[in-house]
Amino acid sequence: MTQPHDNYHAARWNEPIIMEMGSEGQRGVLVDETDQAILEEIQNPLDSVPQNMLRSSKLKLPEISQAHILRHYTRLSQMTLGFDVTPDASSGTCTMKYSPKVNEAICRNASVLDVHPLQNPSSLQGILKILFDFEQIMCEISGMYKYSFQASSGAQGIYTNACLIRAYHESNGEGKQRNEIITTAFSHPADAATPSVAGFKVITLMPGENGYPDFQSLLSVLSERTAGLMVTNPEDTGLFNPHIPDMVKAVQDAGGLCAYDQANANGLFGVVRAGDTGFDLCQFNLHKTFSAPHSAQGQGTAAVGVSEKLAKFLPTPVVDFNDTEYVLNYDRPDSIGKIRSFLGNVQTVIKAYSWVMSLGADGLKSVSETAVLNNNYLATKLMQIKGLDLPWDNNVRRIEQVRYTWKQLCLDTGLTTSDLARKMSDYGLQTYMESHVPRLVDEPMTLEPTESLSLDDLDAYVAVLKDISAQAYSDPESLKGAPYKSASDQLPQNQFNDPETWAMTWKAYKTKRE
Amino acid sequence: MKQNKSDPFIPNSVPSIRDKMLDAIGIKSVEDIYASIPNEIRFGGALNLPSPIRSESRLRKHVEQILSKNRNAQDNINFLGAGCWQHYVPAVCDEIAQRGEFVTAYGGGQFGDHGKWQAVFEFQSLLGELIGMDVVSTPTYDWSAAANSALLMACRYTGRNEILVPETISADRLLQMYNFVRPVASIKKIKMVSNTGLMDTSDLRSKISSATASVYFENPTFLGAIETGAYEIVDIAKSKGALATVGVDPITLGVISPPSEYGADIVVGDIQPLGIHMYGGGGLGGFIASNDNPELIAEYNALLVSIAPGLRPGEFGFDYSTFDRTSYEKRGLSPDYIGTTQWLWAIIAGVYLSLMGPVGMNEVGKTIMERSSYASKKLGNIPGIKSPSLSNLFFKEFVVDFSDTGKTVEEINIDLLDRGVFGGFDLSSQFKCLGQSSLYCVTEVHTKDDIDFLTQSLKEILT
Repeated sequence: MTQPHDNYHAARWNEPIIMEMGSEGQRGVLVDETDQAILEEIQNPLDSVPQNMLRSSKLKLPEISQAHILRHYTRLSQMTLGFDVTPDASSGTCTMKYSPKVNEAICRNASVLDVHPLQNPSSLQGILKILFDFEQIMCEISGMYKYSFQASSGAQGIYTNACLIRAYHESNGEGKQRNEIITTAFSHPADAATPSVAGFKVITLMPGENGYPDFQSLLSVLSERTAGLMVTNPEDTGLFNPHIPDMVKAVQDAGGLCAYDQANANGLFGVVRAGDTGFDLCQFNLHKTFSAPHSAQGQGTAAVGVSEKLAKFLPTPVVDFNDTEYVLNYDRPDSIGKIRSFLGNVQTVIKAYSWVMSLGADGLKSVSETAVLNNNYLATKLMQIKGLDLPWDNNVRRIEQVRYTWKQLCLDTGLTTSDLARKMSDYGLQTYMESHVPRLVDEPMTLEPTESLSLDDLDAYVAVLKDISAQAYSDPESLKGAPYKSASDQLPQNQFNDPETWAMTWKAYKTKRE
Repeated sequence: MKQNKSDPFIPNSVPSIRDKMLDAIGIKSVEDIYASIPNEIRFGGALNLPSPIRSESRLRKHVEQILSKNRNAQDNINFLGAGCWQHYVPAVCDEIAQRGEFVTAYGGGQFGDHGKWQAVFEFQSLLGELIGMDVVSTPTYDWSAAANSALLMACRYTGRNEILVPETISADRLLQMYNFVRPVASIKKIKMVSNTGLMDTSDLRSKISSATASVYFENPTFLGAIETGAYEIVDIAKSKGALATVGVDPITLGVISPPSEYGADIVVGDIQPLGIHMYGGGGLGGFIASNDNPELIAEYNALLVSIAPGLRPGEFGFDYSTFDRTSYEKRGLSPDYIGTTQWLWAIIAGVYLSLMGPVGMNEVGKTIMERSSYASKKLGNIPGIKSPSLSNLFFKEFVVDFSDTGKTVEEINIDLLDRGVFGGFDLSSQFKCLGQSSLYCVTEVHTKDDIDFLTQSLKEILT
């Protein structure tokens, strides 16, 4: 058995806040001065700006030499455990996988970096071709009819789904009447939040005895007010709700639309397609499932797919091919309009396209089969750890992730799951995901190992949790102050939420604390 | 030697490892894991996708060949702005933007990702200095998303449901705004003064009411003007109990008054000008800022990072402030939402402001205004061209009227493209009142030669 790496210590540079660095007069970079030949031909434009529109307050940015700025940010990066640094099975629901470097290299090119979204489409044929071709790929992967890549995160993609549902019912004259969206408690919070933002009343189905809502609970809330269903499946628990085909049909029979939030699709490539299941809409996270990097919380892209009857409502513009070149089509009278400026995060689409092209159909299937294999191997090994259990039926296999419960360990030791999660940092691993709200599972832990982790990574991960469990039983007090070997310490939480002490800028901090 | 075709991104795709793991789980095949999925929805066949390009070298060639069909702003001279702008990106910005630790991080907590949290707090602090506000949010998707959320914040804060915006706002932004605010608020457009493009304050006075939650305006305006009526607009808003929400291009603020100086309640804008490449529009990232008013902070949708003293002297820690107001916690009762946004760009904007410092921000603002003045003047000397066509002060963008040339902006831009120039943004469909006008953007990346080449090209095209 692989041993946990208990000699680990994080980089701990004790970096000052940048606002305090440097000295007056130091420069980080010099600005290109205006040519004398230009100055000779113009009047000083600042002379015509009214005095009250010129900056009067002193600009108190730091003055720092270049190498010191570089070193500061390099050190901050060294105190950040990206997937390049740590095999992150901890961030369950986040689908942390390897982002191939070749795709970063491809996008480090003037044809991606230095193009303007409003260039004549004839001068953007490369990007437009990739958007067009990737749309065909996504249609095949999902069984949907048409796609938009404008939305720039999962949440924005789900919001787009909600707007599309609204537009559909409005076009049928049922916009006012159909004002209820149904979701489930273990779907991502955005499946409940974004329809609320779009003006819907949200009904949340609670899990039944199997861990997911049963069919009857759905029937009891369907009515002429039903606008649609917005769910993930597998849900956050990793359980696949087998009633979904029936639920989709029932919602559609009641006049509603069904949106499949594919945030949890990493185990489903070539296994289940949204279109075949009957869904009217869906969204995939290209920055998660399709390997584009998470970028410290974005850039992301949501691929929003719809069935044929909803295609006309997709955001504007869409990419068309007119037999000779790719064009941006803005002539879309039924479109919901715009969700994000310009074309969204096109660089993320390029990376996702390249990833799929490197894998093909067999490779994608291998991604999913390995992701679920890794997940079930991890679960099998973790079930041998004292105090850790699976909620609901142990015999039903989870797909690509698992929400576990430390209820027994916490009852035995008086600790909480947060005490254990923090301890992960002492082994160079990310603090694990406990649960989204609502926290229906006691003392939860949500893990998703993806296809990128090796067998050794998984065994090492198990060894760490086993070690933590052993410490919890032998010396529970030692975990309460954890972590001890991380880049920062556990701090009292109330100060971040008290208006007297919270500080979102250094200026506010200085005012409040000094 | 046996050829190993296991996928480089999938270590456990090696058959012997796979078999070992199946044994450990106690199943025969991965199919057993999928047993809970009803057969009726199982996908039977093989996905009909293009054949894979498995070697890295061939894959790279394939994608780069497609991308080479793009024309870019390095090999051409670009005068497009209109919401995404070409500024100089210092090498240190590119260097930090490539750090794998940041690029492959995500939502990690304050222990594992301490450095990311500090970098984002520093972004909030640096930008707060520039715009003169004590509270700055983590990024939103872009300026439009920030404006949308800020305006709904104003509605909740004031208990009102009407928003006033300038008619000069970009069509792209307005489409997002209509879609976003309509369940809650109505939008009324305020006319521009026809010869300046600035907000018509008499129209504002006639349209503002006790239902107005916020007056929103931009500085510079979409048409490039420095909104010299800012003080008056803010006064009018406040006199009716409405919040003044100002959209701002932060690269102006080394020389131009930050909105805090003329009394803005909420400030929004885009960080793309601050050291971030255009990325075909993917370089955008928005922000929301305000004073440290707890009742207003309660209405933020965006995540806010707070600093606190560390346990050891001289150290600091970071965490989210008031996370319970976000859509992660409120779920189906959320008035707004947040998720993954554009955090990497926030880190880079922080690097940029650190590099530039107070002197650099002043210098870049000044040289942009000098170069754009020069360009505007040179274009105005060409017969048939009116430049600048509006009589206002401008920063980096200005309106050029080609109506008297007998050619459309579209025709002219096609001719410019043939000469390796991306002409300005064609305003003729959104701003019919401006005739055949184009919005030109000139920044610190444009040399005298670039501008003179544009001038010479236009002379040739128009004769």
